Amino acid sequence: MKLNGSKILIESLKREGVEVIFGYPGGQVLPIFDALYDADMRFILTRHEQGASHAADGYSRSTGKIGVCLATSGPGATNLTTGIATAYMDSIPMIAITGQVKSFLIGNDAFQEADVTGITRPITKHNYLVKDIKDLARTIREAFYIAGSGRPGPVLIDIPSDIQQQETEFIWPEEINMRSYKPTCFGHPGQIKKAAKFIASSKKPLIYAGGGVITSGACRELKELAEKLNTPVTWTLMGIGCFPADHKLSLGMLGMHGTAYANYATMEADLIIAVGARFDDRVTGRLDKFAPYAKVIHIDIDPSSISKNVKVDIPIVGDAKNILGQLLEEIKKSPDNSEWLKTVEAWKKKYPLKYHDKKGMIKPQYVVEQIDKITRGDAIITTEVGQNQMWAAQWYQCNYPRTFISSGGLGTMGFGFPAAMGAKIGNPDKIVFDIAGDGSIQMNIQELATCVCNKIHVKVAILNNGYLGMVRQWQELFYKKRYSYTTLCNPDFVKLAESYGAVGIKVTKKEDVAKAIKKAISIDNVVFIDFRVEEEENVFPMVPAGEAINRMIEGLA
Amino acid sequence: MKHTISVLVENKFGVLARIAGLFSARGYNIASLAVSETVDPAISYLTMVIEAEDEKILEQIKKQLNKLIDVITVTDFTKKGHIDRELILVKVDCSAKDKARLEGILAKTSAKIIQRSNNAAIIEMTGDQEEIRGLLDGLKQLGIKELARSGRIAIPKE
Repeated sequence: MKLNGSKILIESLKREGVEVIFGYPGGQVLPIFDALYDADMRFILTRHEQGASHAADGYSRSTGKIGVCLATSGPGATNLTTGIATAYMDSIPMIAITGQVKSFLIGNDAFQEADVTGITRPITKHNYLVKDIKDLARTIREAFYIAGSGRPGPVLIDIPSDIQQQETEFIWPEEINMRSYKPTCFGHPGQIKKAAKFIASSKKPLIYAGGGVITSGACRELKELAEKLNTPVTWTLMGIGCFPADHKLSLGMLGMHGTAYANYATMEADLIIAVGARFDDRVTGRLDKFAPYAKVIHIDIDPSSISKNVKVDIPIVGDAKNILGQLLEEIKKSPDNSEWLKTVEAWKKKYPLKYHDKKGMIKPQYVVEQIDKITRGDAIITTEVGQNQMWAAQWYQCNYPRTFISSGGLGTMGFGFPAAMGAKIGNPDKIVFDIAGDGSIQMNIQELATCVCNKIHVKVAILNNGYLGMVRQWQELFYKKRYSYTTLCNPDFVKLAESYGAVGIKVTKKEDVAKAIKKAISIDNVVFIDFRVEEEENVFPMVPAGEAINRMIEGLA
Repeated sequence: MKHTISVLVENKFGVLARIAGLFSARGYNIASLAVSETVDPAISYLTMVIEAEDEKILEQIKKQLNKLIDVITVTDFTKKGHIDRELILVKVDCSAKDKARLEGILAKTSAKIIQRSNNAAIIEMTGDQEEIRGLLDGLKQLGIKELARSGRIAIPKE
């Protein structure tokens, strides 16, 4: 069957199981849009290409499928890049398709030309410029395989517009065989044996779990391991949801804004079992003081993550689900750690997460607690970046994987709202809440139109403190309260929502918080809730940058 | 410390940019780089000499190279037996009275004069790093006007 490039693209996407594309048209993707016009494929027209890339990312994170975004050449493609980099840093599989100027014009500084494969080389797992129509189907097949396998990541396919129009026989390659790309899936049996021995002889073991557990679908195995060993579990921001927050062995998140007890446990542990986590600087704090007594077992699919920051005693490269399965079989003897558990329990009692209620004030933490309570932890939460993100991470008791969606590595403000949009498309029956700040929400506010027009009824809780709160917090603590350009002059969020056809609710009293959340959920529309929260509330505990993670500022009397 | 690494890659456009980008993004330096096709034209062979302050950086470089989709294999020659060679072309000051001196310097090496004029000579030599260093030290006495080096190429020993 002879098809043109655009039809080959759409046919190939269908073969890969793609149900929806997020994107924006333009000059160099006109042939693709013409093919989309009567294709059996859902397309969501965002209001900015950045919104499309974050939406595809949110769709991926919440469903485990591969999200797809599409934009034109030049500015369309460069607008995607923040979303691509966000996905790359968090190892999220995604396919970005960009139009390119006609192949014979490449390099001529043609209208809306940019070297997109060049620009995205350091922020994609791999990228392609398709120069021959005969390569198109195989390229798409490879791109999906690369994006979703091994350590996942975004893959970009740049397609010149003349290639989109040329015709060729459509041949779908059933098999993929790349001699240069063969990710390791199973752990080395020798290493697994060694790890089991280390575990059996440890007195103070700790499981440190990251986003890799969720990616590989290893949550059940992780829980089994924790319960079998009776070992406490802490997780990274990306790991939220990999282990039930309400489990008795759970310690919550560790690191800069982690719980005090998770950080103490990390610093006192004699064995750290790291699973799908990469010892990021926000986790380790001062590296040479990190976990001084611990031997480290590191399970990760990416060999380059191992011993990059923290020296690892037993590296096990492979897929977390497989390796945890292998490890569970190998472990015959559980460690004797009853004393350790008692110590950890005592820390949990002594240093709980807390905040001080103030009369007449809405505390941002309280808003998150109420969202948690009212949705019974059964919603999908997305966050922006900054204080809102940390409060969401601390106070929302997430029990299920793929329900807490946040830009961890890149820390992209403006991520949460379009990501919520993508998550809602992928999970139409779930309540999706974007926990936002008044700064972040304005970075992709235009997606209100996308949500309203496509009936993507996400709910946005703006923790409105009139500041770029996290930067203000650092200025308060480390720059003598010199609030340099962190005060915001905000629009009326209620009117703004209404002008797009959404619903706005303003909340100024603590007693109205729960009512507003319930109302927002009951309304069959996009809802913005403008919570006027205490302006100079800080996120605590906090490890100052460059300190060991047990040197926390508690901030509370 | 300098390390010699060879990399087999898919012979596709943009692969060299990926490798160069990997180094520049991490602030690592490439001391020399030589690239060519192999017997199989679909595969290219790179020999790189890299400057790595410690073992950890060297490990990271190798892992990051391996992580690139188009990289087939990475071989580190640091601890393996290998043979390496480099080709150099040197233009030196050489008037008629220097001729005997130049020949004296070259006599100890495998270098040869490939062109000469009234006041200069172009010399070619292939050798390992020590031999090349020896020749260049000798030629400095005459005055080196220009120097072109191919970069090191290496192959494992049998």
